[in-house]
Amino acid sequence: MIEALLFFAPASLIIIGALIVIFAKNPVHNAMGLVMTLVSLAIIYITLNATFVAMVQMLVYAGAVMTLFLFVIMMIGVDKKEQTTDSIKGQTFLVSGVFLILISLLAYVAISSDFKWDLWFPPVEFDAEGTPQLIAGVLFTEWIFPFEIISLLLIVATAAAIALAYDTKKRNSNA
Amino acid sequence: MTQRNEIVMLEVTTDWYLTLAAILFSIGFLGMMIRKNALIMFMCIELMLNAVNLTFISASKHFGQVDGQVFVFFVLVVAAAEVVVGLAIIVSIFRKQSSASVDVLNVSRG
Repeated sequence: MIEALLFFAPASLIIIGALIVIFAKNPVHNAMGLVMTLVSLAIIYITLNATFVAMVQMLVYAGAVMTLFLFVIMMIGVDKKEQTTDSIKGQTFLVSGVFLILISLLAYVAISSDFKWDLWFPPVEFDAEGTPQLIAGVLFTEWIFPFEIISLLLIVATAAAIALAYDTKKRNSNA
Repeated sequence: MTQRNEIVMLEVTTDWYLTLAAILFSIGFLGMMIRKNALIMFMCIELMLNAVNLTFISASKHFGQVDGQVFVFFVLVVAAAEVVVGLAIIVSIFRKQSSASVDVLNVSRG
């Protein structure tokens, strides 16, 4: 019972947050809805034994990435007059149709199989928590090459962001 | 009586997590398509990436392997890099056009 509660409470918060993200008019509200989704996801990760990932999710997503979003909202201001007409004719209608088809397909699969899908393999008993020791033991042995590549990607992204945001014209006219 | 027991003993299996991930992904997709503000489209991309992360973590639990959790780190780093570059592009576009709407951006139109 408590297990079900620990799933359904964060799950409903996740969906409400996601709906706030796509329907709120004020960008600050959208950002807060995203924070709600991310924090609730971290709770779900804890119930799935992924403790370290949950902490990283809170720090990196709900902390760093959201701060970045809020900084950009601060810089470009709250764009109140967002254009609402479709540039492609009937875009909203079409996409809502696709969305409804996706959701009803999902509901059909879920209800027709009585929420017991055949997932090819039965679940494995796995009670080990995703502690930093466990993750690091795999990350720095088996996954060391992707790890190095990803660090290179971060440096490239940082340099690219500086190059893009650097206002060359203004700098030259001031000098 | 038996039915009541079934409701009380409701077990949260991997399917529930996968269903939640699918719903989250669909909502992100819907938002990506109906919103015009570039910032909000980025938030919708984050929603979709998080849905994928949830799938990885629940699969990691289901199969009893830690590799899924390691892969979530890679997704996280790629998402952070993408947000950094994307927001820098939005800021530099905003300087020129003073709007963050994606429909006014047709500078590279053929």
